Amino acid sequence: MGTGTQLGRVRGLGTAKSGTDHWWKQRITAISNLGLVLWFVISLVRLPDLTYATIVAWLQQPIAAVPLVLMIVSVFYHFRLGSQVLIEDYVHHEGNKVLAVLLLNFFALALGFTAVFSVLKIAFGAV
Amino acid sequence: MASARPRPLSPHLSIWRWRVHAIVSITHRITGNAMAFAAVPIFVWWLAAAATGEEAYGTFYDLARGPLGYIVAIGFTWSFFQHMGSGLRHLVMDTGAGYEIQTARRSATAVFVFGVVMTLLFWGAIYLTKGFE
Repeated sequence: MGTGTQLGRVRGLGTAKSGTDHWWKQRITAISNLGLVLWFVISLVRLPDLTYATIVAWLQQPIAAVPLVLMIVSVFYHFRLGSQVLIEDYVHHEGNKVLAVLLLNFFALALGFTAVFSVLKIAFGAV
Repeated sequence: MASARPRPLSPHLSIWRWRVHAIVSITHRITGNAMAFAAVPIFVWWLAAAATGEEAYGTFYDLARGPLGYIVAIGFTWSFFQHMGSGLRHLVMDTGAGYEIQTARRSATAVFVFGVVMTLLFWGAIYLTKGFE
């Protein structure tokens, strides 16, 4: 992005002021979700059962805990981006829109950190 | 040039009907946001319960194994495969391919078939290997 001319300052940014960044990250996380969520659901089905002891023993293995943390980051980032578009499309009042996107960010961060913390607590043997 | 009916004027923003491409598009949005605001909190509840202890996990586990748990789980399994199918269709169309009317209609129909078939296969495999409790 140039700083010299007016054209240079706006080139490639479009009306969203951030270019294709949002769109591109949605695609990157879509592809990572594809692998990670499929791994997650197949792993759950392959476990002998879903009791407390089985889940804790499963998540205490790095081979399960690490991909699950990656999945949480990827899924939560992806839905934050997707739901932001829902808000931008349907909430027309500017103030309400900013508030709704802010609450969405808080929702995604609070739940995401809870999920990651829970996996790590189990993985480090603190339960 | 006497016509049986007046020729349509274009564009017509208020005169349109649902076609499979439009339904697959809105279904992508509905399934995605339903998973974000319902399946994600359930997933976090499950993990946080496991991290809290056996008793907290038991509360979740008992509810999840009931009829309501199965309905919600099967519903979100369909949401996931449906959203995955239409998401893959998006990725293909992002390359500029598949915009011909016939192709777009066929791929949209295929997404709905994929969502239902994958859900049936998934729960069929669970039923055959473990059975429903």
